[in-house]
Amino acid sequence: MLKYIIKRIFLAVMTIFVVATITFFLMNMVPGGPFVAEKSISAQAQAALHEKFGLDKPLIVQYKNYMLSAAQGDFGLSLKQRGRTVSDIIISKFPVSAKLGGIAVLLALSLGIPLGSIAALNRGKWLDDVIIVIATCGIAFPSFVICTVGMYVFGVYLGVLPTMGLTTPAHYVLPVFALSFYPTAYITRLMRSSMLDVIGQDYMRTARAKGLSQMASLFKHALRNAILPVITYVGPMLAFTLTGSFIVEKIFVIPGLGGQFVSSIVNRDYTVIMGTTIFLATLVITINALIDILYKFIDPRIQLK
Amino acid sequence: MNEYLVEIRNERLSFFTPAGEVKALNDVSLHVREGEVLGIVGESGSGKSVTSYSLMGLTAHPGRLIGGDIYFNGHHINKMSERELREIRGNEVSIIFQDPMTSLNPVFTVGNQIREVILMHTNKSRKEANERARELLQLVGINEPEKRLKQYPHELSGGMRQRVMIAIALACEPKLLIADEPTTALDVTIQAQIIELMMNLREKMGMSIILITHDLGVVAGMCDRIAVMYAGKVIESGTADEIFYQPSHEYTKGLLLSVPNINDREHKQLVPIEGLPVDMLNPPAGCPFAPRCRSCMKICLSTMPSYTKLSEEHYSACWLLDKAKFEGQSEVQHD
Amino acid sequence: MTEKNPLSLQLKVEDFLPATDAEKQSLTQMRPGVSFWKDAMRRLRKNKVAMISLTVILIVMFFSFIVPNFYPYQYELQIKGSEYLKPMTYSTQEQLRIDAGEKVFPHILGTDNLGRDYAVRVMVGSRISLMVGLIASAIILLIGSTYGAVSGYFGGWVDLVMMRIVDIIYTVPDILLIVLISFAIRDPLAILAAKPGFGWIQTVGPNLISIFLVFALLYWVGMARIVRSQVLALKQNEYVTAARALGAGTGRIIRKHLLTNTIGTLIVTTTLQIPSSIFTESFLSFLGLGVAVPLPSLGSLASDALNGLNSYPYLLMAPALLISLIILSFNLLGDGLRDAFDPKMKS
Repeated sequence: MLKYIIKRIFLAVMTIFVVATITFFLMNMVPGGPFVAEKSISAQAQAALHEKFGLDKPLIVQYKNYMLSAAQGDFGLSLKQRGRTVSDIIISKFPVSAKLGGIAVLLALSLGIPLGSIAALNRGKWLDDVIIVIATCGIAFPSFVICTVGMYVFGVYLGVLPTMGLTTPAHYVLPVFALSFYPTAYITRLMRSSMLDVIGQDYMRTARAKGLSQMASLFKHALRNAILPVITYVGPMLAFTLTGSFIVEKIFVIPGLGGQFVSSIVNRDYTVIMGTTIFLATLVITINALIDILYKFIDPRIQLK
Repeated sequence: MNEYLVEIRNERLSFFTPAGEVKALNDVSLHVREGEVLGIVGESGSGKSVTSYSLMGLTAHPGRLIGGDIYFNGHHINKMSERELREIRGNEVSIIFQDPMTSLNPVFTVGNQIREVILMHTNKSRKEANERARELLQLVGINEPEKRLKQYPHELSGGMRQRVMIAIALACEPKLLIADEPTTALDVTIQAQIIELMMNLREKMGMSIILITHDLGVVAGMCDRIAVMYAGKVIESGTADEIFYQPSHEYTKGLLLSVPNINDREHKQLVPIEGLPVDMLNPPAGCPFAPRCRSCMKICLSTMPSYTKLSEEHYSACWLLDKAKFEGQSEVQHD
Repeated sequence: MTEKNPLSLQLKVEDFLPATDAEKQSLTQMRPGVSFWKDAMRRLRKNKVAMISLTVILIVMFFSFIVPNFYPYQYELQIKGSEYLKPMTYSTQEQLRIDAGEKVFPHILGTDNLGRDYAVRVMVGSRISLMVGLIASAIILLIGSTYGAVSGYFGGWVDLVMMRIVDIIYTVPDILLIVLISFAIRDPLAILAAKPGFGWIQTVGPNLISIFLVFALLYWVGMARIVRSQVLALKQNEYVTAARALGAGTGRIIRKHLLTNTIGTLIVTTTLQIPSSIFTESFLSFLGLGVAVPLPSLGSLASDALNGLNSYPYLLMAPALLISLIILSFNLLGDGLRDAFDPKMKS
């Protein structure tokens, strides 16, 4: 168990390192290098960068300097937002995205698990068909379609929901809906197939033979087993909502990290792109590792391996 | 009805699949006396397990009982509500399944799963239930019960898991224990231990047992009576001795010839039963074994034989027995 | 047990004559054995949803690959004075030409902000999306299956090292890296395209190439894992041992036995990969990292339509609905194929 935890943490650290390295060198493929590509950089920022990363030194030294600073959470100054450090920007923007994403994840879990279970228990009946059709559509419709169509129907055509910013609870409705649509659909399908698998298991028959009612055997014996695959999906779901926020925040003009990332791509704000990429990747990889480790504790079957 | 602990009369049960109605049980009648061990023998798909599950009201979807009556311990099972059935399951009748690997829930401890059935059917407190669980583990021959109670099923060996299943089944001292191929998934040496354990426990607790198996060796040592099933029908039943020494149905004879017998002096060739079981979607009108039967006659293909009583306990459904009666006469009133 | 016989039977001597083998045979109908392929295809044909999806895909392909070649408008053609026409309407000039007795092909879906016929743009856009989906999946299939097969076949430390690499790529948040890579290699590719001999890059479009590159770099790991596990399972099978005993070489075993036996899985995974690639392309195009102007893709069309959403919602609906339809159809076809190839795998 301990060996597994160490191994998993090592893999996570390795991956973060690889991602940071790839990010650095990719950005240096940009002609002239990321830090000097634009003429419009303020002299002050240029000087600060020059000092920090030693831009006249060989690439490998720059790399070492950048990685050392990044490890301490220092990604340098923004090239476009004068006087602000990349870390400042991340710290000020991320809570907005985190709140939005958190609500979406919770919504997806609290809708997807019951919907999937209900579908499985009504297998072959109309309720199952309805849930499957909705879930299949949920997987097929790209988030920008959900966003834009939702925005048009509820914001423009019906005019019942605000479409920009994130100031009142009503502002949350469309972005959260758009962000949680795909994960909800995915969890529904996952839960349905895993529930179907579980209710066919021998131990469910044992539970019934003991005299447990259908409901009791479902809640005690089936749910605990069927929910395990959903836990493994929490990591990918998180990555999805974080990257999904690029589009959602862009469309709904939400002042979060995702929207910031997109506009820094448009503005070619290289330091912000690098910093945000490394920050988000670290976040996703860390949470993935934590969930993998947590999973070992929850599922006793693999505890000993 | 009072004479027997279990009595099944003319049970008919079908699975309604998309491909059509699968007649899993076709007019099955059985009985078990108090304290008796009944073996049900037959190949897979012959309806052994379906019969015993229906006895607990546990017919799986899309199966449905479409005829007959099932009595158990004074209850009319097929007239009982789900709530009433739950009172009986795990309490008056319990079951052990074939695969102890999959029959225990992997995410709960052994203790939790034993306590569950005790708490459900008795008024014991959690602490008393735990004490009882410990007792039960000792009863089924598991060492260090305290430690085992806290372990998960995957931490135990196959034989140990089957002992746990037996402990769960016996927790409420049932009148009837159904053992559905309890040894099939186990190593040969473990098989013998489990059978021995079950026999010992029967003597201690005095319950009846229905032992379902396709292994004639297992039935031979353990059962008082045997029912042989083929394609959803009981084709022969009788005391263990009658079935082994005076088999009268061609299928039973074939079964006995296909297993080695340690008492045979000379090296006898084992004879397999040729052919495949019938398609249960369209069962033939006549004897279901007819297409594979060496002594098949024209009538066998068109009409199902009725039971011929050979002794107090021994019944067999085969036209050959009628032929014997029939010989010498040109026409008989069949009764 | 009671002896029972509700109707007394009249029995005749002939009834007890032995039955012939032919008579016995007539009772056991054997189902004819069908080959794996035939059986899978039969199941697929019976699956209504999958067949409808396949039809939809073929129709969409017809409209995106064939129709634009004969269409009276070109996707980059800007018609002066025809900006923002509503569907099935004509500009004043066109109206004059019609009045003069000329035949003018209608703008079925109207025109966009630059006076380009929207119907042909949507068709070309879905052509780009489909091409990306198909080509990317082919790349993924090639790299993923080779990598997985090699890793699984050799096992040991080769497998260990190869799978660690897969593990690392697997835990990387892919969209993030895709955005990054397509952003970073856009400029270098553009520079490369300007050099003699690399003109083809401009034809295909640097962004499209970067998308393919990204797929080739990152997206094959899922396929590699699936193929590897299949190979590992098959390796245990006796026919592989038998082939080895008969002196078949490693390459031959991989090709002939392992790949032919994983073909069902490969088809299913590739089919399900197509919508996921289309999804990613539209995502990138929507962010402005996809195909280069004036080439449209469904994602960039939807993104452009966002600016005039209040006045021209139909510009959004056409690409949005079409891309959903394409992804949905491929998903459903993939599900159908999975059910057809492996009924046990049913989700």
